[in-house]
Amino acid sequence: MTARGLRMQYGSREVLRGVDLDVGRGEIVALLGPNGAGKTTTIEILEGFRKRSSGTVTVLGTDPDHGDEAWRARLGIVLQSWRDHSAWRVRELLGHLGSFYAPYGSAARPRPCAVDDLLAVVGLADVADRRIGTLSGGQRRRLDVAVGLVGRPDLLFLDEPTTGFDPQARLEFHELVRTTVAGEDTAVLLTTHDLAEAEKLADRIVVLAGGRIVADGTATELAAQVVGDGEVRWCRGGAEHRARVSDPTAFVRELFARERRDGMRITDLTVRVPTLEESYLALVERAEQEAGTGTEMGTGTEAEAVPA
Amino acid sequence: MTRPRTAAVRAGIARGRIEFRNTMTNLGELLGWLWLPIVVLVVMFVLRGTPVPGSGFSLGTQSVAGVLAANVVFSGVLGLAVALTMDREDGTLLRAKATPNGVIGYLVGAVLAKAALVVATTLMVLVPAAFVYDGLELARPGAWPTLAWVLVLGLAATLPLGAVLGATIANTRSLGLVTMVFFALAAVSGLFYPITALPGWLQAVGQVFPLYWMGLGLRSALLPDALAAVEIGGSWRTGATVAALGLWALAGALVGPGLLRRAAARESGSAVAARRAQAAQRPAR
Ligand SMILES: Nc1ncnc2c1ncn2[C@@H]1O[C@H](COP(=O)(O)OP(=O)(O)OP(=O)(O)O)[C@@H](O)[C@H]1O
Ligand SMILES: [Mg+2]
Repeated sequence: MTARGLRMQYGSREVLRGVDLDVGRGEIVALLGPNGAGKTTTIEILEGFRKRSSGTVTVLGTDPDHGDEAWRARLGIVLQSWRDHSAWRVRELLGHLGSFYAPYGSAARPRPCAVDDLLAVVGLADVADRRIGTLSGGQRRRLDVAVGLVGRPDLLFLDEPTTGFDPQARLEFHELVRTTVAGEDTAVLLTTHDLAEAEKLADRIVVLAGGRIVADGTATELAAQVVGDGEVRWCRGGAEHRARVSDPTAFVRELFARERRDGMRITDLTVRVPTLEESYLALVERAEQEAGTGTEMGTGTEAEAVPA
Repeated sequence: MTRPRTAAVRAGIARGRIEFRNTMTNLGELLGWLWLPIVVLVVMFVLRGTPVPGSGFSLGTQSVAGVLAANVVFSGVLGLAVALTMDREDGTLLRAKATPNGVIGYLVGAVLAKAALVVATTLMVLVPAAFVYDGLELARPGAWPTLAWVLVLGLAATLPLGAVLGATIANTRSLGLVTMVFFALAAVSGLFYPITALPGWLQAVGQVFPLYWMGLGLRSALLPDALAAVEIGGSWRTGATVAALGLWALAGALVGPGLLRRAAARESGSAVAARRAQAAQRPAR
C-alpha cells in the first residue's frame, strides 16, 4: 500500500497534514504515535471505512474509497476494539465469517483458513465452544486477531492488537504475527504504544506526530536518527556534577582532557544514553511543538553545558 | 466454485439459524419477546365473558388473532429494529462490513432470525390459547393455510419497516418512542375491539397500516365466518388484505435494502466507539 500527501480534517481541525506511508509486500510496519495522533484515522482510511479529505492512496492496487468486495476479501482487519457477537460461540463465529471468503480463494491461496488450525494457532482451542461474551479481554483480543486472519489476507491491519495482553500472551502474539507473515506472505500494518513490541515485531517503524510522519526506519535507524540528549554525571573535587549533552562521547573526552591539564581527579563517572523510548518521546514532543506553534524549535532541555 | 453472493446468502441463512437458536436458548430474551402477548392474553381471559357487540361470540376469543398480529409487529418489526440498533452499537454491523459481502449475509441472517422468532412465538401463543379459549376454529381445513399465508405476507410487509427503523434510529434510547407509536397504532387497528366501533376517520387511519390487515387476515383464519359481520363491509375482504399487505411488502423491498446499505456505509470504528461512549454516559437504567 502507498499513501502520498494524505490529509484528514475533522471540521476545522486538521488531524493528518500530508502523511506519506508505504508498506511493501510481506512487510511488517509498526505505526507509532501519541494518543490522538491519527493512527486509527489513518488505518480506517486505508481500510475504506473513512473518506479522506485529500491525498492519493492505493491499497492492494485500488483506491480504498472504491474498493469492491473482492478487494475487501484480501484485507484482514482488527479494529481497536470489538464487542460484537457476544452470544455466539468462538468456533461458530470464525467458521461463519470464514465462509464469506471461500469464493475468493485460489489454488495458490485457498481461503478461508481451517478454523480449528487457526484456533490452535491463536491459543483458543480450549475455549472454542464457549460463548464469546464469556471470554476474558485477552482471549477476546485473540479472537479478533483470528478473525482478521481467517480470510488469509494479503494485507492485515492491526489497531493496537496487544492492548490487554499479559506478557505471555504478548510473546505468543509476536510469534503468531511473525510466523503468519513468514508463512503466508502477508503484509502487516500495526499500531501500538509499546516501543519494545514495535522494535521486536516490525521490519520498519513509522512515527506519526503532529499530523505528519516524523520518523521512518528500522529501530536502530530510528534511535540514530533522533538521538536525544545523553546525561553525564561525575564527581570532581568532592562536588557532584551533571550535564545534559547531545554528544556524550565528545563531552567525556573533553572532561578527561581537562583532568590531565589541571590534575583534579574525576570519579564516579556515569554516562546514560537515551533509550529508544526517550528518543521517541523527544521526537514526538518536538513534532507536536512544531505543529502546534509553528515557530518554537527548542526541545525544552537545558542549554548545552560545558565541563565544569 | 460458488459465486460470492451465493456464498453470502448461504452464510446468511446459517447466520439466521444461529441467531434464532441463540434467542431461543436465552430464556430472558425469549420472555422479553413473549411478555406482551402473555399479558394481553391474560387480560383477554378476564374479558372472555364479554361478547363481541352484535353477536354472542366471546370478545376474548376474538382478540386472540389481534394478539398474534400485534406479536408479529412486536417481535418481528420492533425485534428487528432493536437488533439492528444494537448491532450498530456493538460493532456487529461493522464486522459485517469488514467481511466480503458480509452486509448481505448479515441482513439475510437478521431477517430470517426474526421471521423464525415470529413463527415460534406465534405458535407459543396460539397453542396454549387454543386450549384456554373456546371457539377458535383451528381444526377447520382452511385455518392453517390461511394462517400461514397471512403470516408470511404480513412478515414481508412489516419486516422492512423494522429494518428501516433500525437503520435510521440513532441509538437504543430512541426506541422507546417507536414503541409508543406501536401502541397507538395497535389501538386504531381494531385488534382487541371491532374497528367498526371507531369513528370513521380513525378507521381510515387504521386501514393505511399493515397491522390492521394482518389482524383481519388472522381473524379470517381462526374465527367462524359468521364473525365477518362485525368487520368493515361485513366481510373478511381477503382480496383487499392481499393487496394491502402486498403493497407494503413491495414498498419495503424497494426502499429497505438501499437504506440499510447506506446505514452500513456510514459505519466505522470511530463511529461505533463514539456511539458507545455516548451510551456509557447514559444514566444507569
Ligand atoms: N469522527 C471524528 N470526528 C471528529 N474528530 C475525530 C473523529 N475521529 C477522531 N477524531 C479526532 O482525531 C484525532 C485522531 O484520532 P485517532 O483516533 O485517529 O487517534 P489515534 O492515534 O488512533 O489515538 P489512540 O492512540 O488514542 O488510539 C483525535 O484528536 C480525535 O479526537
Ligand atoms: Mg487509535
